[in-house]
Amino acid sequence: MDRRSFLKLSAASLGTGALLQFTPAKAALSHFARRNGEAPSPFSIVQLSDTHVGFNGPPDPLGTQAFERAVDTINALDPLPDLVLFTGDLTHDSEDASEHAKRMKTFQSIASRLRVRKRFHVPGEHDAALDGGTLFREHFGETHYSFDHRGVHFIGIDNVSAGKPMVGKEQIAWLRRDIARFGHATPIVVFTHRPLFDLKPDWEWFTTDGDEVMNVLAPYDNVSILYGHIHRAHHQTIGNAQHHAARSLIFAFPDPATTEEKKPLPFDKEHPFRNLGIRQVSVPSLGVNDVELTAREISGTEGIQQLRKGGTL
Amino acid sequence: MKKAFTMAVLVITIHAKRFEFSPNEVHLKRGEQVTIRLVSDDRPHGLSSKPLQLELDGNDEATITPTVSGTFKAICDHYCGTGHGNMKLTFTVD
Repeated sequence: MDRRSFLKLSAASLGTGALLQFTPAKAALSHFARRNGEAPSPFSIVQLSDTHVGFNGPPDPLGTQAFERAVDTINALDPLPDLVLFTGDLTHDSEDASEHAKRMKTFQSIASRLRVRKRFHVPGEHDAALDGGTLFREHFGETHYSFDHRGVHFIGIDNVSAGKPMVGKEQIAWLRRDIARFGHATPIVVFTHRPLFDLKPDWEWFTTDGDEVMNVLAPYDNVSILYGHIHRAHHQTIGNAQHHAARSLIFAFPDPATTEEKKPLPFDKEHPFRNLGIRQVSVPSLGVNDVELTAREISGTEGIQQLRKGGTL
Repeated sequence: MKKAFTMAVLVITIHAKRFEFSPNEVHLKRGEQVTIRLVSDDRPHGLSSKPLQLELDGNDEATITPTVSGTFKAICDHYCGTGHGNMKLTFTVD
């Protein structure tokens, strides 16, 4: 069974994140009922990233408004997604630990408005790199872990709290043990902060030992990696793995292929959610549609409702 | 008795502190071995350049031989605070 016959993954980046819909093929159902004791069934998840609560520098004068708008947007979905995955940089760091803790509490306060109760987090460097993840653990629990949900295995990977962009031998050994019980056709979703491949090293868009992580995952046919960090949507297939970056909820970075310097795109007061707006992204190799929305008149709940009708705009 | 002669390898010391390298422009010669030494003056920093296969952390050094001419950016890849993203250095290989 190859990945196409098994899993249809629909990726609709909301600007607010990515809505992923899992639609397993019928042939997969009995297979996973045998393997995992739980047959996969269609469901969706939402990925949110880089909310940077506490960030107050240019170019973004909106603070948490995009994050709060995202929460409202998700709450309007019917049916609700099963899970929300936050892929790091939940907060912006502060030299003052009490201020940083306050930012984590503000994040939790906003996130708690989500009607989706199952929320999972991995840290970004702004959350965990200065203190080795101490504050993050106090507020959100372990920085790496795994769980099963309706036949899909989810793995949260920490590639920031060492200070360097790395996962580390201990966590990689844990990963190897964690997935050993699964067959190679098991659908696996990894969520992490930095790209696990060399996307743009001189913009610090890489993980030093990302290739070792991917080598552990290489035997598995259905691997999707959801990450953030780069503040823009990006999709790349490497081997059997699909790598999907979500947009940020604070400001956007430009395309490194066309821009020399890494600096945020300027804020557009006429279109305050530009580049943070709603966007549905296709992953052609997985057979999904591609619909791009702008943040003008069609945004927020209205945009989602139109998406749900399945039309293009 | 023959004496063993070893060529002295040029050592270039780069100091790092939040949020800059000193020097932040370094010239190297293609084909010439050089030791790059990183000294982190305030807290741990990194010095990373994939094209030069340079990966230093904290107080660290490595000996490299540049094989390709050009200009190569290096960054701090050990997160050191809010100005971390601006911490860059340029290697020019002649």
